[in-house]
Amino acid sequence: MMMTNFALLPILIPFVAAILLLILPHKIKYQRPAALSFSFILLAASLFSAYKVITEGTLVVTMGNWPVPFGISIVADMLAMLLVVTTTLILPLIILYSIRTISVQREEGLYYPLVFFMITGVNGSFLTGDIFNLFVFFEVMLMSSYGILVLGGTRVQLQGILKYLVFNVIASAFFIVSVAMLYGIVGTLNMADIANKLAQVQGNADAGLISVIAIFFLFVFGSKAGIFPLFVWLPSSYVSAPMPILALFGGLLTKVGVYAILRTFSLFFSSSPGIEWDFLRWSAYLTIIIGVVGAMSYRNMKNIIIYNILIAIGVILVGFTSLTTSGMTGSVFYLIHDMLIKVALFMVIGVILFITGTPDIRDFSGLIARYPGLTITFFIAMLGLAGIPPFSGFVGKLYIVKGVFESGDSVGGILILVSSLFVLLSLLRIFILGFWGKERGPVITSLATDK
Amino acid sequence: MELLMSLLIGLMFTAGVYLILSKNVLRIIIGTAIVSHGANLTLLTIGGIKRGNAPILLDGLTLFNDPIPQALILTAIVIGFAVTALFLVVAYRAYQENGTDMVNRTRGNDDDDD
Repeated sequence: MMMTNFALLPILIPFVAAILLLILPHKIKYQRPAALSFSFILLAASLFSAYKVITEGTLVVTMGNWPVPFGISIVADMLAMLLVVTTTLILPLIILYSIRTISVQREEGLYYPLVFFMITGVNGSFLTGDIFNLFVFFEVMLMSSYGILVLGGTRVQLQGILKYLVFNVIASAFFIVSVAMLYGIVGTLNMADIANKLAQVQGNADAGLISVIAIFFLFVFGSKAGIFPLFVWLPSSYVSAPMPILALFGGLLTKVGVYAILRTFSLFFSSSPGIEWDFLRWSAYLTIIIGVVGAMSYRNMKNIIIYNILIAIGVILVGFTSLTTSGMTGSVFYLIHDMLIKVALFMVIGVILFITGTPDIRDFSGLIARYPGLTITFFIAMLGLAGIPPFSGFVGKLYIVKGVFESGDSVGGILILVSSLFVLLSLLRIFILGFWGKERGPVITSLATDK
Repeated sequence: MELLMSLLIGLMFTAGVYLILSKNVLRIIIGTAIVSHGANLTLLTIGGIKRGNAPILLDGLTLFNDPIPQALILTAIVIGFAVTALFLVVAYRAYQENGTDMVNRTRGNDDDDD
């Protein structure tokens, strides 16, 4: 019994860390090393839990020893554990980056506790086995993300947060409605139990209602993930955030929505794929297209990467809707790859912003002469994102394209392949305009942080 | 009874959506609050409004109402309350910063491209 409780560590450690960090919020010299060491403890703990999952199989923790459908259960399977390890791997990097770049004023405004509360929500969402508990962890994550996003209180941030708040409050209300409808049909909240009961419902009078609930869930999780008609809040609220926060959000928040779509659709709605899968597939196509259009049309580096988030989400979901083994394998691989590479890209863009002081790629050029290391880092991150063979993006996309073509979905396959070209082109524009050419532009090396 | 509640919930969602689509931030906040109330009522209604006793174990009572939706609603209300409080403070700060509470006059992102 004791052994399975390790699955709780990735939720408990950031929670305790956040509460401890609430003490002495204005003593930055204590906050920084404390936050950094907590993040390394968390990384070690989640690696240990992942090792347990590898050796002993899926860990299930039943809270308070109530039997499975009646209490809340925490289920650590390999997918959840992979995402938890990726999250906790990103966290120390973000904190190191924040220590150097974020302003002291923001750090004193409870920045580190908020980050740890957000990680609590993210890890909880990955690990929970209860649909209402998922709602609660989503809210934990969202509440702290509101706080982080509005920290500093500049005019741009306040405009960004309003859209983000309205959209997420509505989506949360619809989450409650869809959980209520699901509870009305199956009378249970445990995810595994819901899956069992829904399989029995197939074929009788309630079968049509399952599609309705699936589309409700698609609306809810899609608005967190930023799929096609529901992405409208994403660019304007993300662009307002400072760089480490943007890296944290771009790496984690939308991916939690993608994970929730993957989890609910594969668990609840996969026994007889109906109209909801077509909805998911078509919105994934359109997400790729809108992401390509956005990435090509902006000259602001932040916006280019933000629209690349949309492309990646579309690619992951197209691979997922192929419902083949290689398609789903590719989706999971690409999900992990994308979390890491987006954080890397946002960090590199943050360094460029710090050097040049402008996000517009027309305003500077010739960085390669003075910053060769930065150039190589950006170049490798760019090739990784586009999916060039020696780098990680290639494997995920190869599996996705293979699975998508196996399922006979040639439109999706071609779309993914063409979108890779545009991903490469959108980043090459940064590379060519920013790094090549004569040395030009406002090369600032003063302490103008927080860009 | 369920039908009547469903009609009421539909009315609340209509009012909430109408308010959210308006231009005034305060109206939007009231709209989101009404939508949250509608969602909570959905949770209560869909479990079935049967004539039972309040779910408190006492001697001599056998028929109880479903306690799960009540627990869920309690959680959802507190979360909704916290989000609304934060939203109000953000709206107040935005009003101080922008000098207006009309969302159509707060356009023009500094970081946007031309």
